[in-house]
Amino acid sequence: MGNSGTAPRRDVAPPPLLLLSVSLISAAALVYEILLMRLFSIIQWHHFAYMMISLALLGYGASGTCLTLARGFLLRHFASAFVLNAALFGLSATACFLFAQRVPFNALELLWSLREWAHLILIYLILTPPFFFAANCIGLTYQRYKAGIGRTYAADLSGAGVGALGVVLLLFWVFPLNALVIASGVGLAAASLAWVALALRPRTLVVSLAAATAVPWLLVRWSGAELRPVEYKSLSQTLRISGAVQIEERSSPLGLLSVVRSPEVPFRHVPGLSLNSPVPVPEQLGVFTDGDGLSAVNRWDGSRDSLGFLDYVPSALPYHLLPPKPKVLVLGAGGGSEVLQAIYHGAAHIDAVELNPDMIDVVSRDFADFAGHVYGHPSVTVHAEEARSFVAASREHYDLIQIALLDAFTTSSAGSYALNESYLYTIEALEAYLAHLRPGGFLAVTRWVRLPPRDEVKLFATAVETLARSGRGAPEQRLMWIRGWQTSTLLVKNEAISDSDIAALRLFCDERSFDPAYYPGIEARQVNLRNRLKEPYFFEAATALLSPERDSFIERYKFEIRPASDNRPYFFQFFKWPLLREAFRLKGSGGLSLLDMGYPILIATLVQSAVISVLLILAPLRILLPRSGGGTEKGLQYRVFGYFFAIGVGFMFTEIVYIQKFILYLGHPLYAVAVVLAGFLVFAGIGSRYAARIAPHQAARHIFRAAKMIITVSAVYVLIFPLLFDLSIALPASIKVAVVLALIAPLAFFMGMPFPLGLARLASEAEKLVPWAFGINGCASVVAAVLATVLAIQVGQFWLLVTALSLYGFAGFTATHRHRDGRAGL
Amino acid sequence: MFPMPFLVRRLTSVLAVLCAGLSSFSVPADEYAAKRRAMIDEIRRETRWVSSEIGKSELDSRVLNAMGKVPRHEFVSEDLRGIAYVNRPLPIGYGQTISQPFIVALMTDLLRVEPDDTVLEIGTGSGYQAAVLAELAKRVYSIEIVPELTKIATERLKRLGYAEVETKTGDGYYGWPEHAPFDAIIVTAAPTQIPPPLVQQLKPGGRMIIPVGGQFLPQYLVLVEKSEQGTVSTRQIVPVQFVPLTGAH
Repeated sequence: MGNSGTAPRRDVAPPPLLLLSVSLISAAALVYEILLMRLFSIIQWHHFAYMMISLALLGYGASGTCLTLARGFLLRHFASAFVLNAALFGLSATACFLFAQRVPFNALELLWSLREWAHLILIYLILTPPFFFAANCIGLTYQRYKAGIGRTYAADLSGAGVGALGVVLLLFWVFPLNALVIASGVGLAAASLAWVALALRPRTLVVSLAAATAVPWLLVRWSGAELRPVEYKSLSQTLRISGAVQIEERSSPLGLLSVVRSPEVPFRHVPGLSLNSPVPVPEQLGVFTDGDGLSAVNRWDGSRDSLGFLDYVPSALPYHLLPPKPKVLVLGAGGGSEVLQAIYHGAAHIDAVELNPDMIDVVSRDFADFAGHVYGHPSVTVHAEEARSFVAASREHYDLIQIALLDAFTTSSAGSYALNESYLYTIEALEAYLAHLRPGGFLAVTRWVRLPPRDEVKLFATAVETLARSGRGAPEQRLMWIRGWQTSTLLVKNEAISDSDIAALRLFCDERSFDPAYYPGIEARQVNLRNRLKEPYFFEAATALLSPERDSFIERYKFEIRPASDNRPYFFQFFKWPLLREAFRLKGSGGLSLLDMGYPILIATLVQSAVISVLLILAPLRILLPRSGGGTEKGLQYRVFGYFFAIGVGFMFTEIVYIQKFILYLGHPLYAVAVVLAGFLVFAGIGSRYAARIAPHQAARHIFRAAKMIITVSAVYVLIFPLLFDLSIALPASIKVAVVLALIAPLAFFMGMPFPLGLARLASEAEKLVPWAFGINGCASVVAAVLATVLAIQVGQFWLLVTALSLYGFAGFTATHRHRDGRAGL
Repeated sequence: MFPMPFLVRRLTSVLAVLCAGLSSFSVPADEYAAKRRAMIDEIRRETRWVSSEIGKSELDSRVLNAMGKVPRHEFVSEDLRGIAYVNRPLPIGYGQTISQPFIVALMTDLLRVEPDDTVLEIGTGSGYQAAVLAELAKRVYSIEIVPELTKIATERLKRLGYAEVETKTGDGYYGWPEHAPFDAIIVTAAPTQIPPPLVQQLKPGGRMIIPVGGQFLPQYLVLVEKSEQGTVSTRQIVPVQFVPLTGAH
C-alpha cells in the first residue's frame, strides 16, 4: 500500500473525495443503526430494538480508546487504516447481523434465566464491530486533517442526515434485509473512493474493492439467509399450525405486514366477542405486523346478516344509543372490522382512517374480493393518515368517533409501547375528538381488559380530566363504561347522558353478558355481576376518579395512571418503581405480569450506556492521557469534558424535543424522525462548514454567539408553535415538510458550530485531547438519546427543552470564561 | 492490528464464566423426588401469599399430591432437567411453554376435579398438565394444534404409563364432541374468544379455566362456571395478591 509509513503533514485540508467517503460511511452507519432497530423489531420485539441504540455507543467508545492508544501508528498508516476500516465496516455490517440472529436469545426468559443475559451480551458484542470500524474512519480523519476539522464534521453530519432520510425511503423500496446489504455496499464503496482519494497503490486494486461491494449481497444469497423471528411471536406460532400459509408480505418503514390464511384451524379474531353471540364468525385472514399484533380481515359476502357477530362486542354499544344512520369516524381501521360494524348498523357515512397504506392495500387491493370490497363500499371513505393529524385537519363533525383496539394484547401486555410517544390518548387528543362530535354524539374508545387494570383506568382518568378542563359540564354526567371478559369500552357523550341512554346500555349488557362499570347514577349492586372480579375494580376506580379524591387516587394507584398529555405523551407507561419490588416478591405466583417491561428496559439501557461511557471515556482519561504536573492541565480536562458533554447532550435533547413536537404535525413518528434528523444534521453540517472559516483565537466569541442564538431561536419557537400548528396542519405533507425544514434551518445552523469550533480551539492548544473530546461528544449523544426519553416521561418535553438550552448556555459560558492563568475558554 | 479494547475482553471472560456455569448437569432419580417435594413446599408458600385473591390459603391436597407424583423433568428437554422443578415456566420448543408449577397447581385446583370426572384439555403442549389431571380424573382428552407436539406428548405419556390420557391433533375450538360432556375443561392455549362449543360441551355444574396473557406469564385466569341450571358466568382471577392502591386511604 503506497504512501503508508511516512509521517503526513497534518495542516492540509482533506481531499474532497475523502470527505465524500466520510459522508458515505457516516450515512451507512446511521442506516445500519436504524436498520438494526427495524430488524430486531421483526425478529424480536420492539423494546429490545430500543436497546440497539447503545450499541453505537459501545462501538464509538471502543474506537475512541483504540485511536488514543494507537494514535501514532494509525496516523503514520492513515490511508491504509482508513480504507481497511471502511471495508471492514462494509463487510461486517451484514455478516454481524446474520451471525447475531443465530444466537438463540429468548427475551421472554430474561426474568428467569441468566443464560438469556449471556445471550444478550453476546448479541451486543457481535453487533458492535461495524460501529467500531465506522467510528475509526471518522475519528482518524479528524486527527489526520487538523486544519479540516470543520469540513470533516460537515461531511460527517450531512452524511448522517442523508442516511436518516435515505433509510426511510430505502425501506419503502426494499425489504429490511436487502436494505442492510445496500448499507454494507455503501461502506465498501466508501472504501473504494478513499483508495482513489488517498492515491493508494496499486491503483488497479480499486477495481477489486469496487467489486467487493457485491460481497454482502452474495453472502446473503449464498447462505440463503433470511430473517428468523423468534418462535414465540404470534406469526411464528400461527405458521406452525397445520395448513396455515403466508400468502402475502409487504414491507415499508411502518412495518412488515404478513398476511396468513389458515383453512384448517380458522382465525376467529373478534376481541371482546360475547359468549352469547348467535352469529358465527366468518372466515378470516390474519394480518401480522412485524410478526405480531394480529389484525383480522373478515370474509364478507356483502350481506348485512353475516356481520351480526360485530354487534356482540362492547364497541357496538354506541350504535344502540344513537339515532339511525349515524355519521361515523373510525380511527385505526386496520383490517376493517369496525368499518363493517358501522355498515352493519346502517351508518350513513364512514370515514375510515388507517395509518399504514400497506394495510389499506391488503384490504382494498390484494384481498378486495375476500373482504367484500369493504373499503370501496359507497358509504366508506378511506384515509391513509395518522389519526390525530386527520382529526386536527378535519372540519367534519360526527355522531360517533370510534377508536378501535389498535394494539394487540400481547404487545400491549409486554409493555412494548411504554416508550412510544402516543398522541392518540392524550388530554388534548380527547379534547380534539370531542370538538368534532355533533350534538348528542359519542366518542367510543375500546381497550383490552388488563388485570390488574391499568390502561382502562388511565383512559377513564384522562376522559375525566379532559371534561373537567374543557368546562363541557359535569364529567359524571358524560361518561359510560362497560366491560366484557376481554375488552372494555368507554363512551364520552358531548351532552348529558339521558335515562334512555342508560336503559339501552343496561339492555345491551344484559343481552351480551357484559358488565356496566359506570354510568350516571350507577349503584354498587349493579356492577361486577357477570364477569366477576374479586373486587369491582372498574366501578371503584370510576367512582374515585369522579370524586374530589381524584388526585389522591391517581397518586396512590399501583400503576402510573396520571393522564397523558401532548407534553408527556406516554399513555402506555404504567410503571411505578414500587411495582418492581412487589413483582419480584410475587414472582413465584406469576407476579411478574405486574410489570410492563418498557420502562425498566429504558432504565437498564440508560444505566448500561452510562457504565460503558465511564469505562470508555473516563477510564482512558485517567489511564492513557499523560499527566502533567500543573493543575491547569487537569482543569483543562474537566472543562473539555464539561464543554463537549454539554453540547453533545444539548444537541441530542433539542433534536429529540423537535422530533416529538413534529410527530403530531407530520403525522407519524417515522416521518418526524427522518425529516427532523435529516434537517438537523444537514443544516448543522452547513453551520460547521461556516465555522471552519473562523480562526481558533476567535472561536470562543463565536461559540458564545451561537449559544445565544440557539436559546433565542428556540424561545421564539416555543411561543409561535401553537399558532403555526393550527394554521398549517391541514396543508399538504410536502408543504409541512418544507415548513419543518425552514424552522430547523436557523436553529441547526447555530447548533452545528460549537463542536467544530471547540475542537479546532482544542487542537491548537492541547492536541492530545482531540480524540477524547470526539469520544465524549459521541458518548454524550447516545446517553442523551436514552436520557431524553426518561426525562420526557418524567417531566415532559418543555422541561427537556429548557434543560437542553441551559446546557448550551453552560457551554457558551465555559468557552468564554477567563481562567486564573489568563487563558480564555477551553 | 488494533489492540482489543479491554472492555470487550472483560465481557468475553464474564460470558465464558456464565456459560460454563449454565451447562447442563445430570441429577440422580431420587434427587428428583426431593426436588419435587421442595417444589410442593414452594407452591404451598406461594399459595399463602395470594390467599386473599384466590379466597383460600391452601390448595386441594389431592392436587398437590398429584403434582408430587408426576415426573416433571420427563416433560422437558435434557438440558432443562436440572431446573425442571424450579417454580418457573420452561420452553418446550415449537414456540410453546410449560407453565410454572404454581400456575399449574392453581388452575388444576380451580377445576375441582373429582376421581370419576372426564376432563378435556385444549393445548396438550408437553403433556405435563394432562399427566397431572390424569392423576386426579378418570379420563383426560387432550387436543393439540401443533402436530409435532402431539406426537412427542403422546409417546411420552404412553411411556410414563398415563393410559387415562387420549390425545389428538386438531382445532380445539370444536372440543371433542364424541366424548362430551365434560366435568371440566382447561384451555391452556389462550384463545381470542371463549369457544361456544366448549361451553356447550361443559356439564351443568362444570368448570372451564382459561389463562390469558403471554407465553411465559399468564396475566389472569378466566374461570367459566356453568350452573346446574345451565347459566354461564365468568370470573377473572389475578394470580397475584393485588391491592390496587398503595399507602393509606
